[in-house]
Amino acid sequence: MSADALLTVYNRRCVSVADIPLLEVAEFAATLASSVASGWRIVSLFGVPEDTRALRLCAVLANDDSGVLGTTCAIVGQEYPALSTSCRQAGRFEREIAEQCGAIPKGHPSLKPLRRHPPDHAPSAWALRPKDREDFPFDVVHGDEVHEVAVGPVHAGIIEPGHFRFNAHGEEVLSLEIMLGYQHRGVERLLEGPERGTAVLVAESIAGDTVIGHTSAFCGAIEALARSHKTPRAQTIRGIALELERLANHIGDLGTLSSDVAYQSSAAFFGRLRGECLNLLMTISGNRYGRGLIRPGGVLFDIPPTMTSELVRRVERLREEVRPVAELLFENPSVQSRFDGVGVVSAEQCRVAGYVGVVARSCRVPLDVRHDFAYGVYRYAQIPVATAWSGDVYARAIVRWLEVQRSMEFILEQLAALPRGEVLVDCGALRPSELVVALEEGWRGEIAHIVMTDAASHIRRHKVVDPSFHNWSALSAAMPGNQISDFPLCNKSFNLSYAGHDL
Amino acid sequence: MDDVAPCHIVVAEISVFDYLRARFGPRFARASLVPSDSGLPQRFRGRPAIAQPQADVATEGGTPVGEAAPEHSHRNLPVIDLGRSVFAPEETERLKGPTAFTQDYRMATSSRNALLTSGGEIELAHALDRKMRRLLGRSLRFRLVAAGSCGGCEAELAALGNVVFDMARFGIQFVASPRHADGIVIAGAVSENMRDALERTYEAVPDPRIVVAVGACAISGGVFAGSERVLGGVPPSIPVDLWVPGCPPHPLTVLDGLLRLLGRVDHLSKTVPRGARDDTSATPP
Repeated sequence: MSADALLTVYNRRCVSVADIPLLEVAEFAATLASSVASGWRIVSLFGVPEDTRALRLCAVLANDDSGVLGTTCAIVGQEYPALSTSCRQAGRFEREIAEQCGAIPKGHPSLKPLRRHPPDHAPSAWALRPKDREDFPFDVVHGDEVHEVAVGPVHAGIIEPGHFRFNAHGEEVLSLEIMLGYQHRGVERLLEGPERGTAVLVAESIAGDTVIGHTSAFCGAIEALARSHKTPRAQTIRGIALELERLANHIGDLGTLSSDVAYQSSAAFFGRLRGECLNLLMTISGNRYGRGLIRPGGVLFDIPPTMTSELVRRVERLREEVRPVAELLFENPSVQSRFDGVGVVSAEQCRVAGYVGVVARSCRVPLDVRHDFAYGVYRYAQIPVATAWSGDVYARAIVRWLEVQRSMEFILEQLAALPRGEVLVDCGALRPSELVVALEEGWRGEIAHIVMTDAASHIRRHKVVDPSFHNWSALSAAMPGNQISDFPLCNKSFNLSYAGHDL
Repeated sequence: MDDVAPCHIVVAEISVFDYLRARFGPRFARASLVPSDSGLPQRFRGRPAIAQPQADVATEGGTPVGEAAPEHSHRNLPVIDLGRSVFAPEETERLKGPTAFTQDYRMATSSRNALLTSGGEIELAHALDRKMRRLLGRSLRFRLVAAGSCGGCEAELAALGNVVFDMARFGIQFVASPRHADGIVIAGAVSENMRDALERTYEAVPDPRIVVAVGACAISGGVFAGSERVLGGVPPSIPVDLWVPGCPPHPLTVLDGLLRLLGRVDHLSKTVPRGARDDTSATPP
């Protein structure tokens, strides 16, 4: 790989599209492969129509150790040699590109549909063959006593739709394949619309449990392109809201993990405490999930001094109440035996496939955007990265508990020292022909919003990558060898978003 | 005994008595359904209404709520469609009327048209007919179908089962199979990919069945209304009995609607909650 094959970019710093290296396909593939081999990770790989007959492939890579991002491009026709033959991490992205843009990666090992929809980002002159949305070639395991179990899209619980196909031998799972796309709403197309006022509402609805995370990343990208500088107070309020969202979801997850091992006491307590976190967000923003709080240029709601003292009191009480409940859960031997050794993901699997967030941190891969690509308030107030070693359900639960404690401390620290000033500044027109990568550490992991503008300052491409996009395959990787009856527990320990994946 | 020592330490810290104290103490109280006592914060964005109390609004308290349909309203106010509203702070600005969000969480209606309002008053949901209620008895079981949603409505519906909202105390529950259900609750703008599954789930529920549309997406498509990939809400082939606006609706909004459907909250109740009219602080600073 030549040194100038990747253009260095930083989180929420724009680069001119003209400065991005434009490589030959072979060189592009070699750059991806050698970068990933030397420790880089694919944040996103997506297609943008270049003209009526050509597609621009755009890759964004992350070097987590040095905190830099790299980007590179290639122009391809409707058929090109698959990148995933030399770089496994590109596999899922190429399935997405094939579906969104209609390009065919020749030699792709498993070119199955991803979300099952007609192309919406294809060069206009390409002939596209319509596909049957029900046509999904599941892998089949052959053997006399092997049976298939199909679950979904309508599940037993109050959860989103997805289809799981198990191949099992008795109780033992041999393979799990996940078919998604049921929640596909065409989010990226809506974000690329002309109205910023409606786009921000769509950003709030990418994943209903990650409103703050996605809206912060969306606004981070728009603000960078508009050269709008948020005030320190707005950045701090965003940080507080993001950590409250993390608290609510992590505490809720600990509750659902409790109920999945039939431990109702801590499930009930965690359930109530999760509600308290949502109510804290509602006190600030008027909505339990923080909708309406974050807008390009800052936040719509300030935290006045009277509210600060109320929030401090309530978070302190939460801290007092949540600890004994967590001890109840983690020190219970019957819970330990159910969490231990179930659904293991290894650090090796994680590095090869590019998992992020809680899943990566629970197998000692210390990825955390707040730490590696610090932005906003996290440049001034560091949160220690919480990791665990075993990569199983227990590790994913304990990482959540560590993060709960650290987020509470962070919120109390920030409330005690809220910077003075306005909370909302003007966010004007976008700069033309630029690209920005906005990363955010949502409670599930790395959220990426990548925005490219055209010469007329309109949004040419708005790419969204939810952490679930990377991590759904971790669930498939963790299941073989486990009992099928452990699937609900295992699934809950990942708690991935269907809506965030399906867009 | 040595094996279980850690457990004993915990038990010493949190005894059964601590459980009971926590369970019945004031901090474990269930959510109150009395609107003035629901504990919703000042910034909560509930039913939008006229910001300044006007003379005619004050006297209207004497007539049944919603008697005057919005089309017949003489007030020159913009019509608000609660079914399209995502209750975003900037929506009141866009309406350019003297409207603001109140703290009233009660918004569920029996018809789509009832969600249209010009003054802010709406005709809340009325009870199912006697025959249907007799048939249901004291239980109501739903199968949830999320179809092109963001997951927000599901999270609030799941919260209805927790100890605070405790929907099961009214005999209302979510069940695993449509075959066990009295009806379905639909969330989401109904994506193309879920259309078939939604229709088949609906068909699988034995007749007579109840349908509840929860959230702006299920009612009107919500923020996804313009997308080619969604139908823009529950298709006409599935008749809806209860419309619950919100993005997502507060669990109390859903619970209130369901209880009205069951005739367990008086639908003629015309009391406007204290502080709902004169509180306009929900608009951003």
